[in-house]
Amino acid sequence: MKIVIINYGAGNIQSIKFAIQRLGYEAVLSDNSEVIKSADKVIFPGVGEASSAMAKLKSTGLDKLIPTLKQPVLGICLGMQLMCNYCEEGNTQGLEIFDVNVIKFDTSEKVPQIGWNQIENLNSKLFKGINEKEYMYLVHSFYVPLNNEAIAITDYGIKYASALQKDNFYGVQFHPEKSSKAGEQILKNFLEL
Amino acid sequence: MLTKRIIPCLDIKNGRTVKGVNFVDLRDAGDPVELAEIYANNGADELVFLDITATEQRRKTLVELVLHVAEKVNIPFTVGGGISSVEDVEILLNSGADKVSINSSAVKNPKLINDLAARFGSQCIVVAIDAKQIDKEWIVHLVGGKVPTEIRLFDWAKEVEQRGAGEILFTSMDHDGTKNGFANEALAYLSELVNIPIIASGGAGNMQHFTDTFIEGKADAALAASVFHFKEIEIIDLKNELKKNNIPVRL
Repeated sequence: MKIVIINYGAGNIQSIKFAIQRLGYEAVLSDNSEVIKSADKVIFPGVGEASSAMAKLKSTGLDKLIPTLKQPVLGICLGMQLMCNYCEEGNTQGLEIFDVNVIKFDTSEKVPQIGWNQIENLNSKLFKGINEKEYMYLVHSFYVPLNNEAIAITDYGIKYASALQKDNFYGVQFHPEKSSKAGEQILKNFLEL
Repeated sequence: MLTKRIIPCLDIKNGRTVKGVNFVDLRDAGDPVELAEIYANNGADELVFLDITATEQRRKTLVELVLHVAEKVNIPFTVGGGISSVEDVEILLNSGADKVSINSSAVKNPKLINDLAARFGSQCIVVAIDAKQIDKEWIVHLVGGKVPTEIRLFDWAKEVEQRGAGEILFTSMDHDGTKNGFANEALAYLSELVNIPIIASGGAGNMQHFTDTFIEGKADAALAASVFHFKEIEIIDLKNELKKNNIPVRL
């Protein structure tokens, strides 16, 4: 199986590569369209600020490529947010894969949300073997409101979509590569889709 | 519901853990990677590696350590100690660290916080603050609490938040090493003052101290070293105890 992690200079991709290794698979890092297109599974990571990450995607033309991919694609954290229509952070136009806008937390809770929170209403093959209310590690200031494409819900003063799915596209707000054994199971489920 | 975090801290010198670590099941008591794996498997929510190496090979050995930890450990970890530039942070994050912690370098050059937050995002920038009380005023100290500044803790905390810090790791030098509990009054004030998470550090001696710092101190996370390294407290027992006291924890 050929697993490609999109390498566009935004985020902690080493951790994802290592997590995949721990599952017994190998992943390659690439920003090359042909390499990405030929993959069986594509992981679209992202950490940091939305508008600068999107600028990096555009500079390599990956913003055009990603929405056309046919194989399973998993966006993680900012990667998932960039797959939405629009991100309030940096007034950023998204890839318009998920039909929802990403907005800033406006609750009495601290921002960013940092730490372990629960995922529930799990509704995807991505969560095979995962218990309702399992804990995942999250670090974010912006969130995806509840919508039709939500496959997991998390409560942080407000209930929001912590995972999304549309056709071959999956997105998770949490970091499966940093979420202990349960997180590794979700990554494994994705690789074995 | 977001849980309160328990964070063991490992002091590192030349790529090895320092201070006695009393783990009978460790093959190599000085191997930080093995210790980190044990903590991850025993319920730690995060880890902090504090590098106190003072040699010229410092950066190279630290990067090697970060790579090894990232390879083996499936929970988040923060690296601190001697980090003073955007380049330092970039290489650590690219090697697999989730967050970096800056301390003296931020006091000497506060704009570093802005630069790091703009470049890497606030979520990975922890500002560590060491302070102790002088004439009833909490004063920021440098060099592990040895050198006082003229900066007041609460002013500095507000400033680092405004400059883009994602979290504050507050160590009370008055409590550190005493095992008499955390500085809960100051912690509670800090937690109300800023809207970013506060990690309590310094003073953990028993399980009640953790309950107190989460309830009275309103801390978002608690960091400790020796009580975990010497197995005076098992993390799983601690979390069960916290749960009994209605404190949300990941079990």
